[in-house]
Parts: sequence; C-alpha cells; structure tokens
Amino acid sequence: MMGLVLTLTAVALALAAAGAIIRIARGPSLLDRVLAADVLLAILGAALCIDMAVNRHLNNLMLVVAISIIGFIGSVTVARFVADRREQPSEP
Amino acid sequence: MRRGSLRQELPLLVWLVIVWGALWQDFSPDNLLFGALLAVAVARLFYLPPVELSGRFNVLKAVPFAVVFLGRVVAASCQVFYLAVAQGPKVTNAVVAVPLRSHSDLMVTATGHVISLIPGSLVVEVDRSTSTLYIHGLNVRNGEDVLKLRKEVRDTEAGLIRIMGTKEELAALNQEVGA
Amino acid sequence: MNPEPNTVDAVIDAVSAVFMVVGALMSLAAAIGLLRFPDLMSRMHAATKPQVLGLFLLLASVGLQLRTWWVWPVLLVAWIFQLLTVPVSAHMVGRAGYRTKHLHKELLSKDELEAVVQKAAKAARESEADDGGNRTAR
Repeated sequence: MMGLVLTLTAVALALAAAGAIIRIARGPSLLDRVLAADVLLAILGAALCIDMAVNRHLNNLMLVVAISIIGFIGSVTVARFVADRREQPSEP
Repeated sequence: MRRGSLRQELPLLVWLVIVWGALWQDFSPDNLLFGALLAVAVARLFYLPPVELSGRFNVLKAVPFAVVFLGRVVAASCQVFYLAVAQGPKVTNAVVAVPLRSHSDLMVTATGHVISLIPGSLVVEVDRSTSTLYIHGLNVRNGEDVLKLRKEVRDTEAGLIRIMGTKEELAALNQEVGA
Repeated sequence: MNPEPNTVDAVIDAVSAVFMVVGALMSLAAAIGLLRFPDLMSRMHAATKPQVLGLFLLLASVGLQLRTWWVWPVLLVAWIFQLLTVPVSAHMVGRAGYRTKHLHKELLSKDELEAVVQKAAKAARESEADDGGNRTAR
C-alpha cells in the first residue's frame, strides 16, 4: 500500500511543483513570483515529510522547520522592499 | 523599562523549554533543567517588551476552539480548492473593514492570525488606533457575504476573548450577548 | 496487550496513508489556485493552504508512522512555528500587493479600505515633511 501512496503523492507533488514553477516564470509581478517560490518551498517541505513518514525516521524535521523559516524571512523581506520602493521613491 | 513579573514571563519560559526539548528530541529531566536555565538567561539577555497577557487562560474553552478552528480550516481549504477548480478567473473578492471590540494588541494580533490561517480570508491592513482589521475575502459577491464575513471575524474574536481576554473584555462581551 | 495488534497497525497505516495523499493534494490545490486565480490577492488565499492544513496532515502521518510518544511535541512545535510565520508573511505580501496596486479593482465587490487609504494619502501629501507611510501600525 505504501508504494501506491508514494506514487500518488509523488505525482501530486510533481504537478504542484510544476504549477508553482510556471507561476514563477510567468508571474506578472515580483510579488507573484515570491508567493510562488514560497509555495514551492512548502511543496519541498511536504516531500521531506512524506519521506520521513514512509521511511520512518525524523532526520528531515529540522530541515522542514528551516525551510519554513527561510520562506518566511524571504517573503517578508521582499514584501517590505517592494512596498518601500514604490511608496517612497526618493528615500535614500 | 519595567521588568515583567515572573507570572507574565512564565508562558514564554515554558515555551522556550518546550522548544529546547523538541530540538534535542529529549525530554529527560536534566535536559529540561538545562533548557530552563538557558531560557531564563535568554529572557534576561535578549529582553523584549513584555506581551501584556491578561493572566487568564480558560483551557475548557480553548480545546473546543482549537477543534472548531481545525474544522473550519479543513472546510475552507476544500472550499478554496473547489473555487480554484470551478470558478478560477471569474472569482469575486472584497476588502471588508471589521472593527474589533478589544483594543489590546494581543487580541488584535491573535484574531488576525486565526483569520489569516483560515483560507479564504486574509488581513490586508491593520489600523491600530481604532483596532480595525481590513480583511480581503475570497468569493465575497454581495452585501450578504460581507455581513457573513464580518460576523465570522467578530465570532472568532469573541471566542478568543472567552479564552484569554481580560475580565473587562469578558464582561463587555457577556453584556453584549445578553442584551 | 492488544488482542489483534495487526488490525490496529493496519488501521493506523491506512489513516496515515489517507493523510499523506490528502496533504499532497493540498499542495496540488495550491498550485492550481496559483495558476487559475486572476490576481495576486486571490492567489494568496490558495497559497496559505498547503502550509497550514497540508503540513498538519503530513506531520500527523509522520507521528502515526513512528509510533513513539516523544515525537508528538516535536511535530507540534514544527507546526506551531508554521502557524506563527504563515499569517505574518501572507499579511506582508498582501499589504505590499494592495499598496502597489497589484489588485484588479473590477474583481472587488466592495472595498472599504480604499477610502481610508486615499484620505491618508491626501493627509500625507499635505504634511509633506513627515514620513507618509506611518499612518498605520507597522
């Protein structure tokens, strides 16, 4: 049964990653791309979780937490940068 | 700068010890004791402005709230999935202003967090002086949906006040419900 | 201790298998939302989903598969980290998106923030000396 689950989740995650990458490539604005990159990181985290569940170990757990924090810091930084540049163009 | 009392700092210290134990994946007493020492040191060295907790936490109300929250996350996730597949580009949204009852930062933050975590609603802007949340709702087509969204947010806030609001907020809420 | 440990094992396996598949589907749903929704703000609603519900289901299946009590606090801490960070980043991106006009006005049935923003922008223009962005809590 685990083999079937692994196939199903692999297909779903691969399609999801493809969708996120298409949005990164096409996304009209920088924020769209950041959002899609965030989703791509979440998909990566999901893949790591599934690896842990199927192979019954916990080696990736800190990696999952680190990925979520990287996604958080990245999107917050970019969002601030975008907002400030547009809002106060003359600021040094 | 006023130091928070031990009672105010206790939730933070407990949380830090739990994180320490979780990171080492070891909940033996000596490890937890060392974690507690580190937590006190961290809380003293990297001093942050104290979060003004009300000192009240109703576990009996918190558990059902968490269960309802999970249920709503599941329902809203399915709804957003359906909208993405069925409606796609034709979806209609709205930005709704929701004035909150409470003026404490903790309550406004907690309500905003819970509302943002439930898919389909997202806090766009916060007005701290009037404690108004501006919420972007997915699939809000008419005035009826706006009222529904606003009621949902106010109900969430009411639940949070019942869990950890101050006595004054709770009294005001009970009066409002009773009236 | 249990009369039929194999049945219990099979049930736990089945539940965690369902959790895994649904969790992966949540990621797929987010990607479909990213591709199908018309503007940044509605895409954000789809994007928060795999990070909250999907991760919850996947961590729960990890916990079910490992069958030891001490992993549950670890998994809970990982999930709570996610719960604390996701709304903040979503709010920051959403706010930047609203302010830089990355939203299609014709898709909104109601916009109660616009009047407030315009009033504040006018006030900021009138008092040029001050930093115009500080009208709301940051």
